[in-house]
Amino acid sequence: MSGSNSPVLTAYAESLGIRVFGEEDGAPVLAFEFGGDVEGRPQHLHGGAISGLLETAGYALLQRELEKRDRKHRLKPINITVQFLSPGKQKTTYAKARITKLGSRNANIAIEAWQDDRDRPIATATINILMGEPDS
Amino acid sequence: MASELPPFDLAKTARFLMRHGHPAKLGMKYRGHGADWAELELPWRADLVGQVESEILASGPIISMLDMASGMSIWAKHETFAPVATLDLRVDYQRPARERSPVIGRAECFRLTKSAAFVRGFAHDGNPEDTVATMSGTFMAIEMDPLIVWQ
Repeated sequence: MSGSNSPVLTAYAESLGIRVFGEEDGAPVLAFEFGGDVEGRPQHLHGGAISGLLETAGYALLQRELEKRDRKHRLKPINITVQFLSPGKQKTTYAKARITKLGSRNANIAIEAWQDDRDRPIATATINILMGEPDS
Repeated sequence: MASELPPFDLAKTARFLMRHGHPAKLGMKYRGHGADWAELELPWRADLVGQVESEILASGPIISMLDMASGMSIWAKHETFAPVATLDLRVDYQRPARERSPVIGRAECFRLTKSAAFVRGFAHDGNPEDTVATMSGTFMAIEMDPLIVWQ
């Protein structure tokens, strides 16, 4: 990974142990390990922790795409819809985003999280973000 | 005389859950519950900040809190600890929480069927009329793991 392309993760993301695992199709692949910090019902991931990973992967890709275009915005999250497809097990969880729309004022991003099998996501999310003028 | 289980104590269960796993990591606190609702609080903490160079709580912990409060509102309505899995959760963000402010999350289970539960909720930072986020979620009942006893 080139350092300049590495997304800057938030304090929240780092406290959950989210890290940049690698790169796929020009998008950062983020990951976290199973552990107490992300555990919900015993031996399973908490839905909120999965949502946090999905959201972080979405912002990581959007930030990168905006930087590539030399665009600076103040990002305002509008909403997130998460579908939980299978229980998160005691394994590494990965997430990767795809930008469905990148307009001048808003972006729509689809994200998937998976564990062993890339083709069987454990959760998916869609997020809408408004992009305002940068802070002056 | 038939022996009876002690009545389900949601406050006690909630306080137990808040001491473990992800809710403990975020420092979630139980605030109260009623017949079909539950309320939690998320403290402001530097390590839960969601943007570089700001002091606003990230949205992830707010999702976690509303998801957790949703499960509790279902148990409140069900009057038992019935394990549920989140199928679908939507959170709309009206505005960022105030800097360095804790956030309160409240969920109400407005409909419970044999297999599904429907929940709505909101988060605010002091004034419930001025929401930070609103939520809508759908949950399904899952098999009780006999190894887990919440007492």
